[in-house]
Amino acid sequence: MNRAVTRTLSANTHHLRLCRRTLCSATTDHVYHATPGEVNDNVQPYDIAIVGGGMVGMALACSLATTPLTKHLKVAIIDANPALTNQVPINREDPPDPRVSTVTPATISSFKDIGAWQYVQQHRHAYFDKMQVWDYTGLGYTKYDARDVYKEVLGCVVENKVLHRSLLSRIEDTDFGKTIYPSRLMSMSLHPSSSSNIVDDTSSAEALYSRGRLAKLELSDQKSLYAKLVVGSDGAKSQVRELMGFKKTGWNYSQNAVICTVEHSVENHCAWQRFLPSGPIAILPIGDNFSNIVWTMNPKEASDLKSLSEEDFVKAVNHALDYGYGPHPRPSLLDSSSMFSWLGGNMTITSNASFEVPPKVVKLASARMSFPLSLLHANNYASKRVVLIGDAAHTVHPLAGQGVNLGFGDAFALSRTIAEGVAVGMDIGEVSVLKRYEAERRPANIGMMAILDGFQKAYSVDFGPLNILRAAAFHGAHFILPLKRNIISYASGEQRLPLFT
Amino acid sequence: MPRLCFPALGTIAAMALRRGQVRQNLRRYLFNPSRSISSSAAYNIEGKNDNKSSKNELELAKFAAMSDTWWDSEGPFKPLHAMNPTRLAFIRSTLCRHFRKDPQRPRPFEGLSIIDVGCGGGILSEPLARMGATVTGVDAVEKNVKIARLHADLDPMTSTIEYHCTTAEKLVEEQKKFDAVISLEVIEHVANPAEFCQSLSALTISGGATVVSTVNRSMRSYAATIVVAEYLLHWLPKGTHQWSSFLTPEELVLILQRASVNVKEMAGFVYNPLTGRWLLSDDISVNFIAFGTKFDQ
Ligand SMILES: Cc1cc2nc3c(=O)[nH]c(=O)nc-3n(C[C@H](O)[C@H](O)[C@H](O)COP(=O)(O)OP(=O)(O)OC[C@H]3O[C@@H](n4cnc5c(N)ncnc54)[C@H](O)[C@@H]3O)c2cc1C
Ligand SMILES: C[S@@+](CC[C@H](N)C(=O)[O-])C[C@H]1O[C@@H](n2cnc3c(N)ncnc32)[C@H](O)[C@@H]1O
Repeated sequence: MNRAVTRTLSANTHHLRLCRRTLCSATTDHVYHATPGEVNDNVQPYDIAIVGGGMVGMALACSLATTPLTKHLKVAIIDANPALTNQVPINREDPPDPRVSTVTPATISSFKDIGAWQYVQQHRHAYFDKMQVWDYTGLGYTKYDARDVYKEVLGCVVENKVLHRSLLSRIEDTDFGKTIYPSRLMSMSLHPSSSSNIVDDTSSAEALYSRGRLAKLELSDQKSLYAKLVVGSDGAKSQVRELMGFKKTGWNYSQNAVICTVEHSVENHCAWQRFLPSGPIAILPIGDNFSNIVWTMNPKEASDLKSLSEEDFVKAVNHALDYGYGPHPRPSLLDSSSMFSWLGGNMTITSNASFEVPPKVVKLASARMSFPLSLLHANNYASKRVVLIGDAAHTVHPLAGQGVNLGFGDAFALSRTIAEGVAVGMDIGEVSVLKRYEAERRPANIGMMAILDGFQKAYSVDFGPLNILRAAAFHGAHFILPLKRNIISYASGEQRLPLFT
Repeated sequence: MPRLCFPALGTIAAMALRRGQVRQNLRRYLFNPSRSISSSAAYNIEGKNDNKSSKNELELAKFAAMSDTWWDSEGPFKPLHAMNPTRLAFIRSTLCRHFRKDPQRPRPFEGLSIIDVGCGGGILSEPLARMGATVTGVDAVEKNVKIARLHADLDPMTSTIEYHCTTAEKLVEEQKKFDAVISLEVIEHVANPAEFCQSLSALTISGGATVVSTVNRSMRSYAATIVVAEYLLHWLPKGTHQWSSFLTPEELVLILQRASVNVKEMAGFVYNPLTGRWLLSDDISVNFIAFGTKFDQ
């Protein structure tokens, strides 16, 4: 088989050389369009192939493009999403898209570092500095304030399309050599090790591939390409992860999230989250008088909710955020000072943080969408020439709005790892280089996943005693400032160690 | 980056010199011209296949299999692989400063000629080439050089490396000169370290740089390198090292000084068993690396 490869290869050498020359002169910002009948002429190998140009994949590309040690790399971005090639203008007058992300202060500062935050600021975005979390039993509530952690804001809510576009615009402002393939990855392969067959043209991509120095990717439009490193940023259903046989652990929550945009008659400045018997409902400010709703429930309830009339849906939302399912919490119900005396030490009682009801929703402002939720974690993030980032490596419950922030954390960590590898002259696809990224990110992601999953477990079981316990947890979080500070700084992405340290 | 500068070391060296044993050792290194430099037994794999005119495909396949050992990051050369990013970080930073190169650039060594003496399978030569240097790798063992060649050809960035089976002193005879001469983990395998340093120096242009790394002759290094690495972890084949031939940092500084190389910076490598990584540190009691500059005699 190898001999056959060798023969076709030498026959093609002249042709390949020509192609390479034309490709070298290709300018940056190249979009590779498929021409029918054209076969495999794009042999110039890439340094990095990013499979999946979603928010996380684009964050990686943007970070590489703006780092002195990596901006020279040749990068291919593979994604059929038309948003990458056909940029319809984002109109500020349109109501916000229901797909939004809560970005943490840590993410904001990374975006500033790579120069992408200024583009976000040109579009609609909503900072919030307060957060109220309560539950339907009326036993507890907690208010978080950015000032408790000496911060200006707790986070910022931004539409996913704005984050995506900002990263793309930032990349386009650099002279980064990227090629976009508007296509899907169908298969990929890697030769096991530097095998011994000697091929005449030692530097041709096919020869390097046959020696295990390049991965080969085949796309849905019959194109193929080679890269030293393949990054799987292709989301929760990652093809890269499946094709390369990364093992994973995970389960479905048998829950769905219903998301939509709603309108108030006043502007909302706080993030609200209430735990209901069927799951949490969150309402996040997204700018002007709009808010975003993420409401978790079982699939049957979700489809019922989606088929309600707009008017009934608005009623259901207001009900769920006010007296629905149970009373407003009263802080005096539990004597927190005696309850938490075993914790010892200095307890600070925040007195002026009284319970509030979120602003009423007056109108539904987008379609309602429903997504099944699942928890998934790849056991490894890195193997030879392949690395996973973002949802491809882990999906979490959208409870604390952490999903994409963990992914951004991955993207920036991988970019740093690659820069370090380049600095000391390593082959960036070497597993020893990639394992450094894995060692940095796995513990951080597992920590956050365990916390979110723990939350989810505690709140989807409705036992009497458990309710008291979690109310107690609320009180604890509310009244003991240092504890609360830990929770906030962890949720805002600035702490590596789990809670209660 | 923690480092020891030369004046501090000079003092240590002076103190150490008062100890008779050290003086004796030094005498052995400095005044024993009869012992010629040869490759250590551990790396001496008999290589009779020197017939360059007709390639022996079977032998080629064998070299390729061997190449998997030099380049197997979990194999016998695991410590060199694990240490590589750390020692390259030291080299990058010292050479960039010395040759006024911009460390923010991906290929800061462009325009520099570097020789890697005792290159083995090319674990160090390849990254140096990727960092832009014009690299020559030499090793006394023919098979190593062949393995290095095969592996470097796998990547267009490293296929420009020139590999030769020769020794430093032969290159001196040929009057070769390089901007920087680097020889890592070799000096403990040569017969006469002082002569070896003379050769390294002779290969360095005036004002150029010489970088040497080795294992310290301390009790800790005995435990760490011979007992742990060779016997317990089986990282290295048994008998790879002879403790008595290890140099202390002060001895290395002195023999380099006699060879017209001023040691300017020195750092230690410390292994963290939890992360499996090596860190640069000012603890030079086990593994250490020295950067020096060649002055005119
Ligand atoms: C209901 C819901 C609400 C959420 N709310 C929040 C929130 O408030 N805050 C938060 O931080 N996170 C939230 N998340 C999570 C967040 O959306 C994800 O973590 C984030 O989108 C992950 O980004 P990604 O780039 O890794 O993957 P994705 O956004 O899934 O992007 C994957 C990309 O890969 C492409 N692709 C897929 N397969 C292939 C292939 N074979 N070949 C080529 N390209 C391919 C796709 O076209 C896509 O562009 C929420 C998730 C859900 C479901
Ligand atoms: C421990 S290995 C180090 C390899 C390489 N310098 C590295 O650090 O990755 C020592 C190497 O030095 C070579 N060597 C030993 N004595 C030598 C000599 N006198 N001249 C040239 N090479 C020598 C051996 O063949 C072997 O490849």
